[in-house]
Amino acid sequence: MPKPKAGPQPQNPAQLIRGGAVASNEWRLLPASDEAPEITADTLAPGKVILPFPVWQRLREDLSDRSGEIGVWLDSNETADLLGEAARELPLVAVHFPAFADGRGFTTGRLLRERFGFTGELRAVGAFIRDQLTYLRRCGFDAYAYEGEESLEDLLPSLHDFSDSYQAAVDESRPIFRRRPLAG
Amino acid sequence: MYRYDERDRTIIGERVAQFRGQTERYLAGELNEEQFLPLRLQNGLYIQRLAPMLRIAVPYGLLNSDQLRRLARISRDYDKGYAHFTTRQNLQFNWPRLEDVPEILAELAEVEMHAVQTSGNCIRNTTSDPYAGVARDEIADPRPYCELIRQWSTFHPEFAFLPRKFKIAVNGAKADRAAIRVHDIGVQIIERDGEIGFQVYVGGGQGRTPVIAELIRDFLPEQDLLSYLEAIVRVYNQLGRRDNKYKARIKILVKALGPEEFGRRVEREWEQIRDGADRLTPEALDWARAFFDAPDYARFDAAATESDLQAQADGDKAFARWLERNTFPHRVPGYRAVRLSTKPTGVPPGDVTDSQLEAIADLADRFSFGEARVTHDQNVVLADVQQDELQALWQAARKHGFATPNIGTLTDMICCPGGDFCSLANAKSIPVAEAIQRRFDDMDYLYDLGDLNLNISGCMNACGHHHVGHIGILGVDKKGEEFYQVQLGGSSSENASLGKVLGPSFSRAEVPDVIGTILNIYVEQRRPDELFLDTYQRIGLQPFKERVYAKA
Ligand code: SF4
Repeated sequence: MPKPKAGPQPQNPAQLIRGGAVASNEWRLLPASDEAPEITADTLAPGKVILPFPVWQRLREDLSDRSGEIGVWLDSNETADLLGEAARELPLVAVHFPAFADGRGFTTGRLLRERFGFTGELRAVGAFIRDQLTYLRRCGFDAYAYEGEESLEDLLPSLHDFSDSYQAAVDESRPIFRRRPLAG
Repeated sequence: MYRYDERDRTIIGERVAQFRGQTERYLAGELNEEQFLPLRLQNGLYIQRLAPMLRIAVPYGLLNSDQLRRLARISRDYDKGYAHFTTRQNLQFNWPRLEDVPEILAELAEVEMHAVQTSGNCIRNTTSDPYAGVARDEIADPRPYCELIRQWSTFHPEFAFLPRKFKIAVNGAKADRAAIRVHDIGVQIIERDGEIGFQVYVGGGQGRTPVIAELIRDFLPEQDLLSYLEAIVRVYNQLGRRDNKYKARIKILVKALGPEEFGRRVEREWEQIRDGADRLTPEALDWARAFFDAPDYARFDAAATESDLQAQADGDKAFARWLERNTFPHRVPGYRAVRLSTKPTGVPPGDVTDSQLEAIADLADRFSFGEARVTHDQNVVLADVQQDELQALWQAARKHGFATPNIGTLTDMICCPGGDFCSLANAKSIPVAEAIQRRFDDMDYLYDLGDLNLNISGCMNACGHHHVGHIGILGVDKKGEEFYQVQLGGSSSENASLGKVLGPSFSRAEVPDVIGTILNIYVEQRRPDELFLDTYQRIGLQPFKERVYAKA
């Protein structure tokens, strides 16, 4: 069995930002690791848990009676279409940013919301930075498990570094040219 | 030109505030170097070999006289009294203090300018044809589309952290004066059956792996421009390599998938969004076009103004030369577009002083409806000059050192800042440019040689566009010493091609002689009316190689 690449894993801080406020984190997060294939529906402890995508995919059928407490996290190379329409049934999807410069998760978030009808909690996990919060929010994220050093309270204003925008995105269905009064 | 409304002012103002906060956090030690890096880059701030460098966006190269005067003032107050036009129609300050940058950005915002996305792995300033709106071979004015792209790409929440930087160019004329085939996306405006649309090229670029872009769409309807760009960048954001910075540009992805497969993926993505909110409305297109309406041209009798001009030229050889090399035909009778040269011998190409910036502003006000354009070969265009004022303009331009009649000739070089300023350089580039200018200062000889682009880069990042120079010079490092490789046959026109390496590299002292030998071969071998590039394409590299490397 080849070892899965042990890239950076999301931490799962006790507190996070959700719904524009500091909140406590009610979910466990199972990292992707060598042992993951061992886990079965029977050995998975009860309670809310976020599974790596491959584990979720394998156990999905067996866990169908626990669906309200099973979330999924996508690594940055796992695209939104892997979940596809199944996203509709999920209470939570977390998207991992292994490094802040790895911007694939922005596309993942938008597609989950705009294309695959995901309405649950969309959580950013990993190494994203404060100055990305506005962008994350615009791409449909509504929860942020921030791992950096700044306090969560200090971060809150950065969710709205910009009060207006040019593009259509999850937070604004019309691009600016459909919002501006265009005559003269 | 485009004017900000309340929304633009709000967004740009909030950006200034955001960067002020970021700079304060960095100076207070709350942000470390690594965290501050992407933030300052997205605001155009590099830390160079000698000092910070701030790159200001000049959207598709357009500046008005107020902006020019403000840039002059900033260069005086915060820099050493000069600025530098880049090869992507932008402007750089080479010596600002880090703690002053938020204030500089605030000053720029007052004249509707910014440094947003002039560096970093995001969508950069869109570039275009400096003769947009006035060229006779124009199909449609590219500037309204450039402005729509500017707005779409500014703070795009999904595309601020791409695998690598991303450059878009739009050309609206038959001749390609925007080098679209060496951009990540090149957009060519076309007209088919009375409809305006676009040909879309992807995956061109220079740098260490130069590639000519591939056509992935032969006709894109006008209203689909933004959704199609969104589809391309989305595919790239998901699939572009992120493990190796030298393999992260879209050109590598297009090569890896093949242009057909890449195009199919784009089309598949686009099918899902083409009818969405990004589809341009007729009102939005009209609105964008209205900012670029033709100015209030006076009416002239074409034949009469031509013969008047001819008479002036006949009486003054220096003026005639300038007229021939530094002016460009205009679609409106009685007008010409004029190139101000920023490349007299001895000045780093693209460098302008504060008083020169002010002089350009004055000339723009006096002769060209208060507007000027920066070109990718680091000159300045006044696009709308009356022919009966050309002589007065020429005299004024001479006083300020802008009238070197060398546009398009050997000494009108593109040259990157190189080892004098840039920490990435393998070799200096400016002294090479100067040595060539000094060696070939005989105007009669330069005119006889005709159109000839010589481009110089100080390293393989190719900011000096050496791959697409008819003659390209690249600084290389040979065991710690500066050497120069020479390439021949590049072009960024509609028949774009990449130069071929002549052979082993040369010391700096040898370069002017090598160029001299190359030019001699051209002069000996050319047929009537053949430009350097034509002759090269006909006879190939071999004759040049044999002579240059022949043992004396
Ligand atoms: S080509 Fe190289 S030396 Fe020249 S400016 Fe670019 S990075 Fe610097």
